[in-house]
Amino acid sequence: MKILYFAWVREKTGISKEDITLPDDVGTALDLIGWLSQRGGGYADAFSNVDSVRVAINQEYANHDRPVTDTDEIAFFPPVTGG
Amino acid sequence: MIKVQLEDFDIGAEIEALRAGDTGIGGICSFVGTVRDMSEDATVSTMTLEHYTGMTEKALAEIEAEANERWTLSGSTVIHRYGELHPGDNIVLVVTASAHRQAAFEACSFLMDWLKTKAPFWKLESGDKGPNWVEAKSSDDDATARWR
Repeated sequence: MKILYFAWVREKTGISKEDITLPDDVGTALDLIGWLSQRGGGYADAFSNVDSVRVAINQEYANHDRPVTDTDEIAFFPPVTGG
Repeated sequence: MIKVQLEDFDIGAEIEALRAGDTGIGGICSFVGTVRDMSEDATVSTMTLEHYTGMTEKALAEIEAEANERWTLSGSTVIHRYGELHPGDNIVLVVTASAHRQAAFEACSFLMDWLKTKAPFWKLESGDKGPNWVEAKSSDDDATARWR
C-alpha cells in the first residue's frame, strides 16, 4: 500500500510518502490512522486530532470509515485550501 | 480545459484561445485569484502552494465537467498554479463562455467555490509571523453548499 502525506500532516510525519504492507487487523481508513498513530512521535502528533485530517483513497475523497486494501493509494491531509 | 502549472498565465491569451472562432459566444466571464500581502493578522511575503499531483488534475476535470453539466457553456478554462508565489502573483484563473451572460457568471462563481473546497491544494503563508498553513474557512463550505 502506498501512503501519501500533504501539508502539515507531511511536516509532522516527516515524510511525504511511504510503502507499507497493510496489517491484517486494519480494515478502514480510521483503523489505518490508529495503526500509524501507534508508531508514536510525529505520527501520533499528525493524527492527534483525527477530525482535522482528511482522507483520499485512490485519489478520491473518502470518509474515515471507508475500507482500505493493500493495493490502494491512501492520502492524508488537512482540509484543502485551493482557489 | 484544465491546467495545473508552476508558471504564470496570460489572461488575455487564455480568453482569446477560449473564444477562438466561436461567434456563438455572447458573454465571457473571468475570475483571477491573486496572492494578498496580508492574512488575518500577519503580513505575507511568500505563499507556497502544495498539491496532490494526479488527484488535482482529476478533481479539476470533475469540477469542470460538473459546471458543463449544470450550465450550457461554449467553453471553460481553469488554470491553477502551484509552487512559491509572492504578493500580487496570479494563483488561479477561471474563464467561462456562453451564449448568454447568466450562465457564464454563475458557472464562473460555481467553479471558484468548488475549487476552494474540493481541489487538493494547501497554502503555506510566510511573513512577519513565520510560516502558517492557511486554514479552510467554513464560509467557503457555505458558499459551496449553496450550489447543492
